[in-house]
Order: sequence, then C-alpha cells, then structure tokens
Amino acid sequence: MTTAADRIARVSRTYPALLYPDPRKLWGRRAAWVAFVLAFLWASYHLGLSPMRFWTGFTDLWIIARQMVPPTHNGFWLDYLAALLETLAIAFLGTILASLISIPLGFLGARNVVPSFAIHFGLRRVLDVVRGVDTLIWALIFVSVVGLGPFAGILAIALNDTGVLAKIYAEAVENADRKAGEGVRSAGGSGADVARLAIWPQVFPVFLSNSLYFFEANTRSATILGVVGAGGIGFFLADRIRVNAWSDVAFIILLILPTVAAIDYLSRWLRKKAIGRHDAPGARM
Amino acid sequence: MTGPVTPKPSADIVTIVEAQRRDLQRDKRRQTLLFLGVLVVLVAVSGHLGEVSWQKFVNGIPRFGSYISRTLPPVSPETLWADLGRWMWAGGRWVGLLFDTVLIAFVATTLGVVAGFFLSFPAARNLAGGVVHYQLARRFLELMRTVPELVFAMLFVFAFGLGALAGVLAIALHTMGVLGKLFSEINETISDKSLEGVVAAGASRDQVIRLGVVPQVLPAFISYTLLRFEINVRSASVIGFVGAGGIGQELMFVINQFIYRDISAILLLLIITVALVDIVSEKIRHRILDGEQRR
Repeated sequence: MTTAADRIARVSRTYPALLYPDPRKLWGRRAAWVAFVLAFLWASYHLGLSPMRFWTGFTDLWIIARQMVPPTHNGFWLDYLAALLETLAIAFLGTILASLISIPLGFLGARNVVPSFAIHFGLRRVLDVVRGVDTLIWALIFVSVVGLGPFAGILAIALNDTGVLAKIYAEAVENADRKAGEGVRSAGGSGADVARLAIWPQVFPVFLSNSLYFFEANTRSATILGVVGAGGIGFFLADRIRVNAWSDVAFIILLILPTVAAIDYLSRWLRKKAIGRHDAPGARM
Repeated sequence: MTGPVTPKPSADIVTIVEAQRRDLQRDKRRQTLLFLGVLVVLVAVSGHLGEVSWQKFVNGIPRFGSYISRTLPPVSPETLWADLGRWMWAGGRWVGLLFDTVLIAFVATTLGVVAGFFLSFPAARNLAGGVVHYQLARRFLELMRTVPELVFAMLFVFAFGLGALAGVLAIALHTMGVLGKLFSEINETISDKSLEGVVAAGASRDQVIRLGVVPQVLPAFISYTLLRFEINVRSASVIGFVGAGGIGQELMFVINQFIYRDISAILLLLIITVALVDIVSEKIRHRILDGEQRR
C-alpha cells in the first residue's frame, strides 16, 4: 500500500516539470514581470504622468461630459452633413487613387513577374518609407504643398495607402498559381498575356477585397484629416473643441459614429459578395 | 449564368460550344460594364464633393516633387560628416522626443491591454455573466474603438492640459476598444473541453477564467498586443499635433514653418524608430510563438 504522498513523489521524479515548474524558468518569468513593471513605472515617471494630475483632470472631463448632453447643432447641421459627405469622398477617392497606382506597382514588385532584385528591393524600401509616415503627417505636408482643402487629404490617403496596398498586391501576385501562366505561355502567349489572362483573374478578387477593406479604414482616418486642414468633418470637430462648444462636439461625434458603422457594414457586405468570405487576406488586424 | 441553350439535336457540337461561349462573354462584359459604370459615377460624385480637378493634379504633383527635393540636405563627399552634422543639428533633442513617443506608446499599450483584457471576458459570448454584461461590454468597447484617438486626445488636452498624459490616455482608450474586441473573439474560439474540466473540479467563475481560459489564449493575446504596440508608436507620432506629447508638436512646427531640412531629418529619424520598433516586436513575437509550439 503506497500513500498519496509517495505516489506524488514518484510522479514528480518521473516527470520533473509536470508538478513543480523548473525553478530557473519560474524565476526567469518572475524577473521578467518585475522588470516590466519597473519599466512601466519609470516610463510613466519620465513622461510626467501622476495620479494627482489624473484626478484633477478627471473633474474637468466630467464637466465636459455633462455639457455634452444634450447634443445640439445650433443650425449648422447642413454644414456638418456636407462635411461628412466630403469626408466620405476623400476616403473613396484616396482609396481609388491608391488602388490604381498600386496595380502596376504590385506587378512590378512581384518577384515572379519582374525577376530583377534591384527593382524589387528598391520598390519595397520606397514603400516602407511611405508607409512608415502616418497619414496625418502626409496630410500636413500636402496642405503646405497644395493648400488647405480636401485635395490635400485625398493625396495623403492615396500616398499612405499605396505604401501598404502595393505591398499586399505584390504578395498576391507572387502567391498566384503558376500553372495557369504556364498554360497561357504554352499556348503561345506573351508576358503581357500571362499577366492579363493567367494572373489578373486570380488576383483581382484579392485586390478588390483589400481595397474595400482600406476604404473602411480610410473613412475612419478621413474623419480627423480636417484637424490639420485637409478637409472633411474633422475641421468642424477641431474647431468646436477649440471654442469649447461641447454639445456641438457631441453632435458631430454622434454623426460620425453611425456613418463609420454604415460604411463598415457596406464594405463587409461587398467584400463578402466579391470573394465570398469576410476578412481581407493579407491584411493584419 | 447562361440562359437555357436548346440547340437542335442535329446541331454541330462546335456551334453549341460557341453559342455558350458567346453568352458567357456577353454576361461577363455586361457585369464588367456595370461595375465600371457604378465606379465612374461614384468617382464623379466624390470628385465634385472633394473639389478635385485635373488642373489640381497637374499643378500639385510637380510641386510635391520640388517640395521633397527642397527637404533634402546638400551633401558633398568632401564634407560628408560636417553636412550630416548640420542636417541633424538638433539630433539629440529629436531622438529624445522620439524616445518619449515610444514611451507614450508603451505606457498606453500597457494600460489599454490591461483594461481590454478584463473587458474581453464579459464581451465574449461564451464567458459573459449575462446578456446585460455582454451588451454593455460590447457597446462600450465599440464606442471606444470608433471615436478616433485624435478626438480623445483633443478632449483630454482640454481636461488634463498639454502633455503626454492626454496622449497616453487617448491611445490607451482606443487600444482598449480594439484589443478588448479582438481578445473577446479569441475567447470565443477556445475549446469547451478544458472549461468543462475546470468546472467539474469545482472552480468558481474567476477560477474557470484563470485556469481554463487564460492559458489557452495568452499567446494570441501577447501577439496581438505587440502588433498593437507597433501601430500605437505610429499614432503616438501624430498626437503631438494637438499638443498631446511626443515628436508630433516639433514635426508640426517645422512643417508649418517650412523649415525644409528639419522636416526630412525628423522624418528620417521617425522612420528609423518605427522600423526598429517593428523589428524588435517581431523578434519577441516569433520567440513567444516558437516557445508555445515547443511546449
């Protein structure tokens, strides 16, 4: 007759890591947690965050929240709606422009279409640079290039999206099935015929679905472009916040939320129709 | 789809195939034309709304080119280091501001993840305590996700004053909204078997989540968190536009004042910072995922 303690001892001898974790791993993990917490505290201290400031600000936030109710438009609702339509136009044209630029770049950047290392590498690095700079920064730059207004916003969205879309498009072209291309070539087709007849039908649904996904994301980013003067509803939003007209701010936010939700819904529905599934392949998060 | 093709039995097989092909082609062409027509109408309407004209493109694109070329510093091989030194004349301050930017993203991501983690359980259909909890958590996360960070930042700058606190809170709230939803979706995919095991052993609700759910979902959570951190570094670089800390305020100043050389210098440093953060985060992600597979 063995006691429970004996059996536990036997099991832990046979499988050392099963009952008691490896002490080195355990302490390593604990040390990592302690280091993480210390880093968090130090970073907060370095940035000048303090619970005191948080609580004093919190009362101000409460005042804002109370003044937001009820939301009012003060007779500006037509201007707000026009600005909202302008926002959608910026997002739409930006996406269209980015997609049109990304199609040739996608083929150019695909290793199986243009087997030149220099072009491939150079294009990818340029796209990395374009992508590494936020849309709002591009918007600010375009405002000083082409002046205030929605055109700057369209160009900013188009440029930033090209950085991402061209990369996704190129990957889609690289992932296309080669057999179809071999078929076209064996029937006497040229390189252009391969691109048009073998690769294009395979990648078009991927292109379309990603562009729709980006239209969705761009609608969100276009709502704030007006903060730097690049058109859309963001101008009114920033302006009303500047003059502390909190009930107008609430009204504008309440206009934006359902619009964004509706565009999300529409884009998801179109994506599903376009390729028969929900998520955009190749797009993260 | 093609309409019913009913050839005479005596018809040549080639004729049948050709007729079908013609029908298919016609349908396809009609679909494509419809698609293009809708697209053209939408482009025309939004072009009108967005005040776009060819003239603007023709004028704007070359001006962008000259803008970019004006930002590039004069560099000659003889005086390379002196030129670079003059270009990066405030390099130390800029690196400091970029460091602050990364710290803002770090603190905000941490706060957002912690809040999103706790909200992801009531927001998961299989773990929610009840319909009320579920709907409340979902709607709250949705609101936090849909309001843009910059709007939160503007509100918080008013409440908390200029500085990093406003930016940290704005990004943290948005992160909570995004990650809370993603986490809840991961929670909904876990296997019921392990939950049943923990419940059968007599665990309370908290213990079920602690012992049955968390070990399964943690690697995916960490992976998403690191991805979000990369995105937040980019967001942190622009919240300074409204005075909420980081490199943004300096960047806005040099762009608005047309200090061309400084624009390219700061953007270069920013791109390097973003690339470094991406590389480090990807390394950590791979290590965690590999470690998970070995277990």
